[in-house]
Amino acid sequence: MMILLRELAGLFVDDGALALAILAVVGLSGTAAMLMPEVSLAAGAILLFGCLAALFSSVACTGRR
Amino acid sequence: MTVNFAFVWPAIAAAFLASLVEAVEALTIVLAVAIVRGWRPAGLGVAAGLIVLALIVVALGPLLDHVPLHLLQLVIGVLLLLFGMRWLRKAILRAAGIIPLHDEATAFANETAELREQARRNDARLDWIATLTTFKAVLLEGLEVVFIVIALGSGRGMLLPASIGALAACLAVAAVGLIVHRPLARVPENTLKFSVGVMLSAFGVFWTGEGLGVAWPGADLAIVAIAAMFLAVSGAAIVLARRPQTRALS
Repeated sequence: MMILLRELAGLFVDDGALALAILAVVGLSGTAAMLMPEVSLAAGAILLFGCLAALFSSVACTGRR
Repeated sequence: MTVNFAFVWPAIAAAFLASLVEAVEALTIVLAVAIVRGWRPAGLGVAAGLIVLALIVVALGPLLDHVPLHLLQLVIGVLLLLFGMRWLRKAILRAAGIIPLHDEATAFANETAELREQARRNDARLDWIATLTTFKAVLLEGLEVVFIVIALGSGRGMLLPASIGALAACLAVAAVGLIVHRPLARVPENTLKFSVGVMLSAFGVFWTGEGLGVAWPGADLAIVAIAAMFLAVSGAAIVLARRPQTRALS
């Protein structure tokens, strides 16, 4: 059962730093959406470019290692 | 909820391709068990895995109707981001040669070797081990398929098209596996994972944004632009991640 649960968690989290970065970007984007509901596109831009940056830096860091 | 046809084909394609990858991985393990220990324990594990999966879908499926749409989009969007970007990152690292490609033939050889070793040590328990092995494979890979179908389908009333895509992939892999009796090592798994990773990440950004109240320009068509940006950044990441290795080799 523990193995199953661990593998289930592994479906979503492989590189912990990437997962944390994604959650941070979503949090930042959510904050922007709450503070500036009239310019919701700003929240969308933070979300999209934040995720792209998180992906790129995760690959770059692993590549350097 | 109305079905948007701009979403139907990408959802079917993503569900089909993602399920194809999962089904190929499950097939490798089921075949290994069947060849070492016979079809009875392997089939028993597969049947038990499918029954548990069906129970999970029947138990949790109706709950989706009771979750507010924005909350559902947000939760599924974030899960899609975690799941899709994990796939994409791994596919990029494999394409760049940083981690080795997943090889179904090697996975098959490892699984059969492990089962033979267990048979040598304790034959009496092996049927249970064999059944548990296929049960776990079908359940875990199946859960990924179920998640992908729900994630792609629930936000826009497209559970049926996404399910059709996933079911078609699973049936196709099962049929080919039964005919050839070998792991499907020629399936370009990393290319599929890369494509699906791009699509799932794009859907993830889109759903999360919708859940947060973002009005995407171009509405549903924005997903194409988001996917194109993920594709461009992933391509650049592959090229840049390759550089240090090339330098080191030269």
